[in-house]
Amino acid sequence: MDRIEAFLTMGGYGEFIWPAYAVAFAVLAALLAWSLRELRRNERTLRNLQPNGPDGRRE
Amino acid sequence: MFELANPNRFQKFAKRILPWVAGIAVAAMGAGLVIGLFLAPPDYQQGESVRIMYVHVPSAWMALGIYTAIAVASGCFLIWKYPLADVLARAAAPIGAGFTLITLVTGSLWGKPTWGTWWVWDARLTSVLILFFLYLGYIALRNAFEDPTRSAKAAAVLALVGFVNVPIIKWSVDWWHTLHQPASVVRFDGPTIHASMLIPLLLMATGFAAFFTVLLLIRVRSALVARKIRALRLVQAGAGPHIDEA
Amino acid sequence: MTRKRRRLLFVLSGLIALGIAATLILTALEDNLVFFYSPSDLQIKAVQPTERIRVGGLVEEGSVKKNETGLEVTFRVTDLKHAITVHYRGPLPDLFREGQGIVAEGNLQTDGTFKASQVLAKHDENYMPPEVADALKRAGRWQEGKPE
Repeated sequence: MDRIEAFLTMGGYGEFIWPAYAVAFAVLAALLAWSLRELRRNERTLRNLQPNGPDGRRE
Repeated sequence: MFELANPNRFQKFAKRILPWVAGIAVAAMGAGLVIGLFLAPPDYQQGESVRIMYVHVPSAWMALGIYTAIAVASGCFLIWKYPLADVLARAAAPIGAGFTLITLVTGSLWGKPTWGTWWVWDARLTSVLILFFLYLGYIALRNAFEDPTRSAKAAAVLALVGFVNVPIIKWSVDWWHTLHQPASVVRFDGPTIHASMLIPLLLMATGFAAFFTVLLLIRVRSALVARKIRALRLVQAGAGPHIDEA
Repeated sequence: MTRKRRRLLFVLSGLIALGIAATLILTALEDNLVFFYSPSDLQIKAVQPTERIRVGGLVEEGSVKKNETGLEVTFRVTDLKHAITVHYRGPLPDLFREGQGIVAEGNLQTDGTFKASQVLAKHDENYMPPEVADALKRAGRWQEGKPE
């Protein structure tokens, strides 16, 4: 228990370290989610525009 | 390299390498997190707060590297008119802005316990803030014009002009007295950082670079699909005579 | 081909011109870009007591004196050539100690001392575990506060 608590408090710097890691990975996760959503939306629109299916019409 | 300038070949290449790059990103960031948070020692001066370095410094490297890549791609687009260079630059910009934001926020969280302040207007911090605004300006400019070729050209010029800021950021800590300390890793006389801290730092940097590549490949793919949609819509709207030009 | 050549030359000359302009502007702005002055800078520069400035340097070994309440502190900031006495009242950052690089913001007094309203700690570019720092000190290879 003590070791877990020591790890979380980080010698008194936990209140700075944890938010730093949280912000970094939240921004990266948001970028990934946004980019994937945009890709899916565009691919769906393209499928609807090409009646013969995705491979029906190559450039 | 020139083979990849063809969008179709690029797509095929991207599809093949994506799972590998994603694997590297997850493995390197995972190892970097475990070593950086659990195994790496505290610093002799800063204590545990040094662990913020493992996200702050790689983000700063990515922010500068991505801007440099955008400037190079913009130059290639303006001079040789490679359409893919423009697509790459546009796709990279929001990722670069994200890494710059991480750099600013984690730097602030590191500055409070070590320096005693969240923010100072020294040359390093100010020039990184300018980098963030350059990214935002670039993204805004890309969406400002109706005509995509005009916005592409204007944004490319902005990216090249803004590039002067990159060497200023890198060497600001050597040219002027700043509160921010000089470089520890990228310096002529070798790193001034102990191996036990350098390893998680480099692991995290590898992970961030691979994660950037994954995001970039996804966004480029998305942009190429969007381009196809635009072309198809143009054909359908114009009907008949324009089909040959599509 | 010639059009590409012309565009290449145009972009390159534009970048060079921009670089020169930026260098000139930054050189002209030098004074405003400097975050702090060293005690030696203050010997040369004429600074009015009303002007808010920052002084940076190392906290001189053995110069830190706290008053009875521990709230007021006096120390000397040195750049190893000149030193200046700093009076400060308030909380000090964790990294504040003798031999440490600091930046003090405040006003130069008529008696040549400095009255600080804020003290920030600078840290150097060296990162290592405490055991390694101790080992270096024992081996006599330690240069406290030396920039190089």
